[in-house]
Amino acid sequence: MQWETVIGLEIHAQLATKSKIFSAASTAFGAEPNTQACAVDLGLPGVLPVLNKEVVNMAIKFGVAIDAEIGRESVFARKNYFYPDLPKGYQISQMDLPIVGKGQLTISPEEGTSKVIGITRAHLEEDAGKSLHDQFPGQTGVDLNRAGTPLLEIVSDPDISSAKEAVAYARKIHSLVQFIEICDGNMAQGSLRCDANVSVRPVGQQELGTRAEIKNINSFRFLERAINFEIERQIDLIEDGGTVVQETRLYDSEKNETRSMRSKEEANDYRYFPDPDLLPVRVTDEDIERIRATLPELPEQKRLRYINELKLSDYNSELLSSSREIADFFETALAQLPGQSSLLANWILGDLTGALNKSEMGFADSPINPEQLAGLLKRINDNTISGKIAKEVFEAMWNGEGSADEIIDSKGLKQITDSGAIEKLIDDVIAENPGQVEQFRAGKEKVLGFFVGQIMKQSKGKANPGQVNQLLREKLKP
Amino acid sequence: MNKNTSSTIKELQTGLAQGKFSSTEITADYLTKINLLNPDINAFITVTQEKALEQAKVADKIIADGKGTALTGIPLAHKDIFCTDGTRTTCGSRMLEDFKAPYNANVIENFENQHTVMLGKTNMDEFAMGSSNENSFYGPVKNPWAMDSVPGGSSGGSAAAVAAGLAPAATGTDTGGSIRQPAAFCGITGLKPTYGRVSRYGMIAYASSLDQGGPMAHTAEDCAILLQSMAGFDKRDSTSIDKEIPDYTASLNNNLSGLKIGLPKEYFAEGLNVDVAKNIDEAIKQYEKMGAVIKDISLPNSKIAIPTYYVVAMAECSSNLSRFDGVRFGHRCEDPKDLEDLYKRSRGEGFGEEVKRRILIGAYTLSAGYYDAFYLKAQKLRRLISQDFTTAFEEVDIIAGPTTPEVAWVTGDKSDDPVSMYLQDIYTISVNLAGLPGMSIPAGFADEKPVGLQLIGNYFDESRLLNAAHQFQQNTDWHQMSPEEK
Repeated sequence: MQWETVIGLEIHAQLATKSKIFSAASTAFGAEPNTQACAVDLGLPGVLPVLNKEVVNMAIKFGVAIDAEIGRESVFARKNYFYPDLPKGYQISQMDLPIVGKGQLTISPEEGTSKVIGITRAHLEEDAGKSLHDQFPGQTGVDLNRAGTPLLEIVSDPDISSAKEAVAYARKIHSLVQFIEICDGNMAQGSLRCDANVSVRPVGQQELGTRAEIKNINSFRFLERAINFEIERQIDLIEDGGTVVQETRLYDSEKNETRSMRSKEEANDYRYFPDPDLLPVRVTDEDIERIRATLPELPEQKRLRYINELKLSDYNSELLSSSREIADFFETALAQLPGQSSLLANWILGDLTGALNKSEMGFADSPINPEQLAGLLKRINDNTISGKIAKEVFEAMWNGEGSADEIIDSKGLKQITDSGAIEKLIDDVIAENPGQVEQFRAGKEKVLGFFVGQIMKQSKGKANPGQVNQLLREKLKP
Repeated sequence: MNKNTSSTIKELQTGLAQGKFSSTEITADYLTKINLLNPDINAFITVTQEKALEQAKVADKIIADGKGTALTGIPLAHKDIFCTDGTRTTCGSRMLEDFKAPYNANVIENFENQHTVMLGKTNMDEFAMGSSNENSFYGPVKNPWAMDSVPGGSSGGSAAAVAAGLAPAATGTDTGGSIRQPAAFCGITGLKPTYGRVSRYGMIAYASSLDQGGPMAHTAEDCAILLQSMAGFDKRDSTSIDKEIPDYTASLNNNLSGLKIGLPKEYFAEGLNVDVAKNIDEAIKQYEKMGAVIKDISLPNSKIAIPTYYVVAMAECSSNLSRFDGVRFGHRCEDPKDLEDLYKRSRGEGFGEEVKRRILIGAYTLSAGYYDAFYLKAQKLRRLISQDFTTAFEEVDIIAGPTTPEVAWVTGDKSDDPVSMYLQDIYTISVNLAGLPGMSIPAGFADEKPVGLQLIGNYFDESRLLNAAHQFQQNTDWHQMSPEEK
């Protein structure tokens, strides 16, 4: 039987505010346990939540960026359940009236393809604390530093049909929230976490299959693996005559499998109701326009501009607009090297990305800055160095040996363009290799390469390859 | 019944200002009286003798330096629902038997800024759930007017303390009548301000959308003086309202001529005790004498107030009380065997019967499949009830009627029948649902127990209520009666 997969993602993006959503405590990561939890975060008797207005602005910014309806009156609701890292016994979230309504996002799961994924809603909520199960034998520790950290939960429509699309969508959200500066995107610190709702159905079937929700996936790689595992598990189960049960599952990255956490029957009845401690959040047209005006150029707008105005390939445009860091790098370098977008794209996506990946660095920590890279490429353009020598300069630059010009100077890498000097080199090589000269003259074109190689070797790579070619052909004529 | 020897805040202010006595002296007098009578009345859960004397000493110094403000050196009792830094706050519950908040409630802060003296924390129904003060883990409070009877609730300790002269005034909170009903039962004056007028920060929540703190004292004038300090915007309470605070004492002596008073026919219908009704009728006649114009009005949705209230309040409390889980503070059971056991036994042991009842009912009304039928429906009815008042206030300036259908009942009489107890809140509850200000003032006796007249005002119209109450007290002496000399 042919199967198709239906996936919806819930992405929790931690909003990059200095203080928590309902208290003045700091949101900084990595402090000693419980040092960033004030009376409100601890849920002491008598304390009350006060909304941090910045989180509303950030949510609206996201809403505007995905062309969504913005809730003119959104309401905080209590989601009631007991857990030791949930101090109040309820999480303040949004239920019926979220701040961001229906929107959409275009993804490119593969080169040259694009697909629109609907976004059902995005709502504000507070994060819970952390239970530490491994630090106290026989006991569980609770760290409430994270309790009350603002989250934007972004819920997609079930428009995603493969693990690959899911990753493309998650990456796009990841890039977008960083572009608009509402989330630092640090997945290792949990700033972006994914829940995936996965179901399968026979191709052609209208109604959806029963879904399983995989919770708390914190890397794109795990997201892809977890979904693929889950798809296979469900298909195998059904083909063996079983049925999928609606449940929450956990992905175990070490074993690469998902495991049941709790079934629908065991699920909590969260008894949502509007939080009487907080007033509805009212948003006006003016608020929306004010926030819209602060939006930077968005990834999708950049991608289209790179294709249409800079005439870059679809693939390169997609990559260069995939994160704020890389786009900023590219555009800063381009300002130094107008009109050379294609050369720049090749170097940024080729040598630089390669070197960064090798040292597990991001563009923000690149030892070569955009100005330096542009400086190097200028010297290729004006024939000071060849492309090959440029790679040598690049390496020296990476190692912190200075600007391109400084390196070219100190290493004497300037290209030889003096015809006399090149002719001298050619003459010597021809004189030393009479056999090869004869072969060439007998029609063996390939031998030309041998001569070029010898001459470049003699010149330590500095002879201008174009000139060498041209002069060599003249001299080798019978 | 004789004149009360207990002083009002106004009298204490004058005495302190004129140097007739020091704060230390009056504080010591009240403490002596507390030590003498409290073992019997049980109005206080915690008496803060040492702290009180220290505060009095500081206050005396401030007064001597000429830096005193209106309430400097005035002894007060605080309902044990207001968090007090360094002094335990039990909320009448075993759950918080040893709980010391690391901060002061806004109301406490406001008083401490003026260097008032805290005599202690008063008894109350557990988590403010009750109308008789029988639901306190720290034992029932006795009504100083009839020691076999209840003082009302939930601010029963505060009402009894003031009535018995253990404190000149006290703070209370009112979710469905918890200031006004005990004020009525104990023959004192109590004011529930407009919702949002007094910050709820540091006031342990029962039902957040209904709870409001307010003053309980001998006179309306004292309530005005106290409200002046309690009221105000607090950015730590999102539901507190940023609105100018009028000078509440300035309008106390306004003439009542032409004041339009509405009498809702629903408040004088079946269920109202005949003797209570007589006193209320007399009080209304007094208002007529003072020039008020009496109008019959209707609040047609009054009959749905009680079910509406109990759905809303219980739903909110079921969630508000989730934080008492034995994990971070409060009662924790011995040797929990796992997490579920920790929750079940800590909460099972820490909460009393009425609290458990309300949490269970509240959780039920919010649960999947029932939410629409109960909680949402109640919210709609709540709007209808508010609308009744809005319509009424287009015609009248204040609304008057009995605070309670009966006078204080004998302790134990209604404790087996929660619903009959809930029905006692019939006249007070709508005011909380609508968020309006309401007062109860002494208006006579029935069966030798005090009767309360309730006055209900429009939003933020506390000045007019206090004015009407003060004028009544200028012409009657019910508020000056003392149980001691009965």
